[in-house]
Amino acid sequence: MSGVPHNPDGQPLTLSQALININQTADPGLRYYAAWWLGKMRVCSPEAINALLRALDDQTDRSPDGGYPLRRNAARALGKVGQGYDDVLPALIRCLDCDDYYVRETAAQSLESLGEAAAVPKLVALLDGGVAAAVQVEGKPHLVQPYNAILEALGSLGDRTLATTITPFLDHDDTQVRNAAARALYQITGEAQYAERLVKVLGHDQLQLRRAALMDLGAVGYLAGADAIANTLAENSMKLIALKGLLEQQLAQQTDLCQDSRRVMTLMDSLL
Amino acid sequence: MSTTQTTFDTRLQAVNEADSAQGLLDAVEALAELNDTRAVPTLIQVLGFNNPGAAVAAVEGLIQIGVPAVSPILKKLDGYNYGARAWAIRALAGIGDPRGQSLLLEAAANDFSLSVRRAAARGLGTIRWQDISADKRSDAMLRSQTTLLQVTQDDEWVVRYASVVGLEALALELPEIAPITQRLCQLRDQDDTMAVQARAQWALEKLEKP
Repeated sequence: MSGVPHNPDGQPLTLSQALININQTADPGLRYYAAWWLGKMRVCSPEAINALLRALDDQTDRSPDGGYPLRRNAARALGKVGQGYDDVLPALIRCLDCDDYYVRETAAQSLESLGEAAAVPKLVALLDGGVAAAVQVEGKPHLVQPYNAILEALGSLGDRTLATTITPFLDHDDTQVRNAAARALYQITGEAQYAERLVKVLGHDQLQLRRAALMDLGAVGYLAGADAIANTLAENSMKLIALKGLLEQQLAQQTDLCQDSRRVMTLMDSLL
Repeated sequence: MSTTQTTFDTRLQAVNEADSAQGLLDAVEALAELNDTRAVPTLIQVLGFNNPGAAVAAVEGLIQIGVPAVSPILKKLDGYNYGARAWAIRALAGIGDPRGQSLLLEAAANDFSLSVRRAAARGLGTIRWQDISADKRSDAMLRSQTTLLQVTQDDEWVVRYASVVGLEALALELPEIAPITQRLCQLRDQDDTMAVQARAQWALEKLEKP
């Protein structure tokens, strides 16, 4: 059966089968699934990385809107398994020029999770034109660039010098873009005023935005927001995840349990 | 008619007449706030409405009313759909009445939903032990202990976190706590989630205090 795509129903995929599936082109569905699977299973062998890199240049798997589904999955998988491979950074940076918005979005997220600070100049370049250029694409449900993902990545990978580039996005029409800008600015400057903008969103009318602000505050570990998080009108599950973010940020700075860590755990206990 | 009577009737009516998700949530919160046992049947009914916001408010209301709500909840339980049953278990976990313990044991170990396992695990540690006759109390506590120790291996961090909280509360009531502290030490040193490690460490600190 060697070389034949094979993915028996109900049978879990094996590593050798996944590698066969991702290296064939006869069945795009199997290839697409294999790309996801390699990331999910954290397979970081050179063989898997090379196959995923080849998938980033795929021309065969096209969606009705002209997108590249396989490239999206491969870019996402590389964000999980690409650590330590020199070819991954340039390949993901090339993806930031792809016609497919979702490939660009995924590449930005993967560059962030790999901690690739070398991607910062290219990510900044995607913000060219500033807020004025950051408009919706006609007939599509998204803006011209994946601004949320770009701003989030810059928050993790960048430094203070980016503040002037990012600050205008605090006034973007889209709440999620504004939040991403506030989150990034808090990360690169450490100034509470930016995190407080997210705390304010915890009181927004829309549950979806309250949830997003919870996740943002948890991701940046904004300790002063602990009580506001616990009191947000949202599911306890979401609040617990956010508070876990705060607690772990605290623990990363100080392994001994400090007063602040205890305070956060007390809030978590009350939400179980 | 007294003012209390009027308030109760008005708020009960508001729940029955609510015509939007937000309206129902507000009405249930207002009714629950009265902490009135007459609200129990309506609060239980709300658990089956497939409105998470209102269900949370109803669960909180039932927990506040406490023991008088337990028997009506248990009577209705078999007729519940999955969602309503999950909410009912969360209410029972919060109340801590011993009559709910066997359900909590089952839910903490096996429920499909992590929020139900989480609530049940916490609840197993905070049963009202004094409501159990002295000759049956330590067996009941050991049943909680056995299940909670098992739940410390749950796949979800938040359920393991809740099991630590449950074990800590239980240990404070037990004469012999070595099995619990041993397991807490393992979690402190080996759990793959920092928050769980920290909670286990804090539990150990609290249990070590004379």
